[in-house]
Amino acid sequence: MLTALSLVLAALLLLAAAGVPLARRPGGARLVHGGCVGACLALVVLAAWALLAGAGGSASAVLALPFGPPWGRALLALDGLSAWFLLLLGVTGAMASLYALAHPAAQPGAVAPYPLFLGGMALAVVAADGFTLMFGFELMSLASWALVAADHSQAENRRAARLYLMMAALSAACLVPAFGLLAGHAGGFSFAVLRAAPPTGWLAGGVLLLGLLGAGGKAGLAPLHVWLPLAHPAAPSHVSALMSGAMTKVALYVLARLLLDLCGPAQPLWWGVPLLVVGACSAVLGALRANLEDDTKVLLACSTIENVGLITIGLGLALAFRGADLGPLAALAAGAALLHALNHGVFKTLLFLVAGSVLHSAGSRRLDRLGGLIHAMPVTAGCALVGIAAAASLPPLSGFASEWLLLQALLAGWRTGDIGFQVLAAAGTALAAMAAALAAAAMVRLFGLVFLGRPRTPRGAGAHEVGRLERWALLIPAGLTLLLGLLPGPLLGLAQPALSVLLGSAATAPARGFALLGGTGEASAWYLPLALLLVLAAAGLLVALAVRARSPLETRRGPVWNCGFINPPDYLPFGDPLSQPTAGGIAQPLRRMLGTSLLAAREGVDMPRPGETRAAGYTASFADPAFGWVVAPAARLRDAVAARCDRLRDFSIRRCLSLGFGALLALLALLAWLEAH
Amino acid sequence: MGKLPYDIAHLLGGAMLLLSFVLLYQRRVQAVINAFGLQGGVLALAAAWQAWVQGAPELYLTALIAFVAKALLIPLALRAIVRRMNLHRSVETALGIGASMMAGVAVVALAILVVLPITAGARAIAREDLALALSVVLLGMLMMITRRNAISQVVGLMSLENGLVLAAVGVAGMPLVVELSTAALVLVVFVVAGVFVFQIRERFDSVDTAALERSRGEGPS
Repeated sequence: MLTALSLVLAALLLLAAAGVPLARRPGGARLVHGGCVGACLALVVLAAWALLAGAGGSASAVLALPFGPPWGRALLALDGLSAWFLLLLGVTGAMASLYALAHPAAQPGAVAPYPLFLGGMALAVVAADGFTLMFGFELMSLASWALVAADHSQAENRRAARLYLMMAALSAACLVPAFGLLAGHAGGFSFAVLRAAPPTGWLAGGVLLLGLLGAGGKAGLAPLHVWLPLAHPAAPSHVSALMSGAMTKVALYVLARLLLDLCGPAQPLWWGVPLLVVGACSAVLGALRANLEDDTKVLLACSTIENVGLITIGLGLALAFRGADLGPLAALAAGAALLHALNHGVFKTLLFLVAGSVLHSAGSRRLDRLGGLIHAMPVTAGCALVGIAAAASLPPLSGFASEWLLLQALLAGWRTGDIGFQVLAAAGTALAAMAAALAAAAMVRLFGLVFLGRPRTPRGAGAHEVGRLERWALLIPAGLTLLLGLLPGPLLGLAQPALSVLLGSAATAPARGFALLGGTGEASAWYLPLALLLVLAAAGLLVALAVRARSPLETRRGPVWNCGFINPPDYLPFGDPLSQPTAGGIAQPLRRMLGTSLLAAREGVDMPRPGETRAAGYTASFADPAFGWVVAPAARLRDAVAARCDRLRDFSIRRCLSLGFGALLALLALLAWLEAH
Repeated sequence: MGKLPYDIAHLLGGAMLLLSFVLLYQRRVQAVINAFGLQGGVLALAAAWQAWVQGAPELYLTALIAFVAKALLIPLALRAIVRRMNLHRSVETALGIGASMMAGVAVVALAILVVLPITAGARAIAREDLALALSVVLLGMLMMITRRNAISQVVGLMSLENGLVLAAVGVAGMPLVVELSTAALVLVVFVVAGVFVFQIRERFDSVDTAALERSRGEGPS
């Protein structure tokens, strides 16, 4: 099985190499993307096989590749955790590649890095030593950077790519020392060696901090999330789908692998606290920003921040419960995190693909230039509705199942018995619930502005339904979203090997048959989506019958009521734009309630004085606090360092030589001092 | 191995170190060149002695190269340059002699402190040689940064290389190829440095490297 896996990886690399000459040929991009679909399906089959075979915990087979770092060979393994994330990667990768196949990329520059991106993620997930994992991780970062920068003719894309590269470098600069600390302590890079010597004391604290910074920065956790809303719109749609659906999950995989698996099961309760806090902040911030943005892809990227935050809450709770010896609850929290990772990967991929279709068909990403697309693009609108309902965590769709499980785990936070953690868990519950509600509001706003109402521009009115293959590329993820929502129980059963890797072989998935169990013991809450679907269907049928019985007349379409506005003049064939809600208008209540304190939102009315002839103006703006607190100081630091270094260039030859001599002497003195002690 | 080979190797190495101090101490260019030639000669002797002690005939070749290149050719060429440029009377104005000597002593102490504990397992003769060689290398660097005259800086570089060769001959098993390439490298460096000195002289009418700083077009002029 591992041999087949390495063959798939090699095939992806070959596809990337072939993509360079093929990108500019007529059918070349199709060939590459078709190959990616095949490779991703192969990954799905392998991962599902491994999960069904219950690829035992850490004792599974390890394949040593015939090459690797200078001191050894690269190791691959497919244990439960790897297989679960490989399944996620394969599913989202296949959907995104199918979409790319149906919807040929406009930029030839985005063809060759795409298989490399997929291959890097797969390598990072199946690596069995720190070096290979970091190699795959960096491959993923660089390839996705090339994809973000593919359309570099626009200044904003260049800016996004630059920031993205800096954040990727920061992640590497944190993760490499994290693995270095572990490996230096354990004396080897392979996971088996690292697991055998879990870190303690300040070493463990350092690994926690560096891992959270490095993997969290790549996953888009606050306050290192600033690259997400910039990079996602810059990349082609299928790439943004993959970045959001799979890449952030690979970063979370690294986080889970590092903190829950490699650092050993004996870490204390407080280990979960940083993850819980960071996750809750990300969830609220992302959901709130999603309500204020007026670009579809930026909005979806902010929603990704929220979901990544929720998954991190789950991981943090799992760490804390494990530290408090509450095995079943830890399994509940970890199961929620794993399930939400998969569910979010699927529905967010669907939503980004929908955004891509809308951009292609209606010519804009801005909410204020779209509208009424449900008439022009009914299939796309239907798929979008499925994805949006899942993102708004409505039952019986997939988002609800995992968020329900997560809230159950949060509500059980009081059982840790530590008063500080109990308060934190209560606050986390409130914040997670608030984030879910905010996300639902953002999704309602997205669907309403894009698909309902009237077209807002002539270009938007000329939208058309997507082609046949592209329609399938949207229908398949929509169907998967429904399916995952209806069958969370069997899915969690499939995740059992992953849970055993994270929490030890005693952990059991919080599921029984088709139902999810929200706690321990017989009297615990349970959620059975199939039953819920039946109830909902019965209720809907009853309502329909009742309506039918009360009004036996035929349905007729009348003229649309124009809300009391006067009829638009003839030169506005799509109606007066001012008589439709705008993105900023819907966002206003939340911007005033929460935005002023959390996002420094400002509103200003520019009223001309009596007698002035200029028009009055209204401006509303907000700024992400992370820019002021993290990015701006970092930029200032960079400028200061650059100015310092610039001064070195003016040194004379003798002073340059003296610098080298001084450095040599300092090193020798350090050596002498070390020997003396 | 008896006591005598050790003593003589130690003596030759010490002589090289002494000559390094002489280089650091001399202020007249001609005297610097003389001391450098002498150091090359001592290096050749040390290499020959190691060849005899270790029974390694290829080290005789090293000794021959060191003698011909460093004791004869390079000093003669340097002297020719000095004569052509009429630098007989020029006197260095760099870090004061006292300060240089004190820095030199400190550097030697550091070298010994570093090398002796590290090489605790090695042969005594290699240990002493390594400490002396590292001192010579560091003194060569010190000379490069305390002098302003381009010729003195070239001599500092060559003296640094002498230290490297001393270290190489002290350790048994250094391949001949490495020695030959090092020697070739030194000659190339010498040629480049010579051309460079002439160019500086032609442009600025002085061999003081401070003249270069004004012409970089970046700093305050």
